[in-house]
Amino acid sequence: MESKLKNYLIGAFGILLGLLWLSPFYLMIVNAFKSKKEIFMGVLGLPEAWSFDNFVEAFIDLDFVNSLWNSVMITVISVVVIIVFSSMAGYALSRNKSKLSAGILLLFVAAMLIPFQSVMIPLVSLFGKADMLNQAGLIFMYLGFGSSLSIFLYHGAMTGISQSLDEAATIDGANRFQTFTRIIFPLLKPISVTVAILNVIWIWNDYLLPSLILSENNATIPLKMFYFFGQYTKQWHLALAGLTIAIIPVIVAYFFAQKQIIEGVSEGAVK
Amino acid sequence: MGNRSLSFWLFLTPVLVGLGLVVIVPLIYGTYYSFTDWNGLTASQFVGFEHYINLFQDKAFLNSIWFTIKFSFVTIILLNVIGLGFALLVTQKLKTSNLLRTVFFMPNMIGGLILGFIWQFIFINVFSDVGEALGIAGLQGWLSTTGTGFWGLVILTCWQMAGYIMIIYIAYLQNIPGELVEAAKIDGANSFQRFKNITFPLVAPAFTVSMFLTLSNSFKIYDQNLSLTNGGPYESTQMVAMEIVKTAFSANEMAYGQAKAVVFFIMVAAIALTQVYYNKKREVDL
Repeated sequence: MESKLKNYLIGAFGILLGLLWLSPFYLMIVNAFKSKKEIFMGVLGLPEAWSFDNFVEAFIDLDFVNSLWNSVMITVISVVVIIVFSSMAGYALSRNKSKLSAGILLLFVAAMLIPFQSVMIPLVSLFGKADMLNQAGLIFMYLGFGSSLSIFLYHGAMTGISQSLDEAATIDGANRFQTFTRIIFPLLKPISVTVAILNVIWIWNDYLLPSLILSENNATIPLKMFYFFGQYTKQWHLALAGLTIAIIPVIVAYFFAQKQIIEGVSEGAVK
Repeated sequence: MGNRSLSFWLFLTPVLVGLGLVVIVPLIYGTYYSFTDWNGLTASQFVGFEHYINLFQDKAFLNSIWFTIKFSFVTIILLNVIGLGFALLVTQKLKTSNLLRTVFFMPNMIGGLILGFIWQFIFINVFSDVGEALGIAGLQGWLSTTGTGFWGLVILTCWQMAGYIMIIYIAYLQNIPGELVEAAKIDGANSFQRFKNITFPLVAPAFTVSMFLTLSNSFKIYDQNLSLTNGGPYESTQMVAMEIVKTAFSANEMAYGQAKAVVFFIMVAAIALTQVYYNKKREVDL
């Protein structure tokens, strides 16, 4: 009996904590439906009428279709590039057991210690000189910053894939490249999912790097949100509607793939 | 694949070029230019350690370092306490365990810039309304003082990252063999003793991982800082990352900004290496 009561209490405590954790989203959404005057009257209650006017205005001012497209394009291409090249590198490094190979892996791991802010000024200057402050340049930078962790994860996953598979493929007449694309890469699928999830979360939400690289008409969602917010200080009804719109794609993706996302994040952090 | 084999190098070329041009060359190039009067395009003369001597007398920079250290210290403790608490809660086999895990992790999916704007609304408008209703004067004027800006950033970061730390702890908690806990129960160990003698030692490696992640994350925070306080009031809540961005891209002092960036790199690397070393040693001792 006592332990049942205890379980109920823990359960109730959990629900309260969950509601507390969700409350910022509640506050954002209910106030996004209110008029400026209603927000002034009170921020805790529900709106008088569920009008979508704020959302329509914010959607247009955010140029949302365009910024969503920019975000999707940058994220998808960058993540595909990272997956292709990091898996190749992870494969090569794991199949070459020399000191040189171990040294290269260490170089990538050590590069994870370098904070972005330490290289951003010369990076922008160098890429500016090469006329590469554009979307292609940004994707290339994401490869440079994102490959370290991805190679590390692929290299770890390769230890579970027996070398005898390579040998069998060679006997069957496959070259290195064919062995990799037809045999090894399909076997790396679980870790590719992890690598994709970690990089999507990071690149989708990144603000500082694109803010230094992209012009306003190529702006991704976080960048556009920043300009938008600057325009609407003290106009919380519109600002909150804009924030809600910006969050929707992420929340939808999260609800469809939460199991994989949580597993992927766990794997990326613990290894 | 041998060292001389063509395919080995072909497989590595794209990432080596990427890392080289995006991280290593800029780091070397930037370090060199931090000793010159570089303006982002050209450098006309060598100035030696001038920038480095100046930055140690630069009040704004020193304040930002001190603010970042205080922020990181408080955040790391709170995040690990909350994260471990959440992990213990959702591993209790409650009916709502999965739902709670989803909820606690949700803020982590959203970028710091957007979360900072949401919390700006909460700290300014919601806090003042609630404060008025309950008669708590302390809830008025949030983000307008250094202290409330500091705690605002701490609360925002904890809300965003606690779910992430929770996930790390869950991974380790699930590795604890159930028989061990059962055996301890039979031997008469109460829940506190079980936590102290079984759970805690087996979860200790999780501290290494999550301390490393929280420390390096909180040290490098920029987006949240920008959208929540933008360094205000009077640059008193400006963290190192933002200080560097402003020196370089607002004040246009590229070489000086880069000197700060080099010092920042040395600090982050030194902390990370010390921490890894210390935690590894402690794990062995346990």
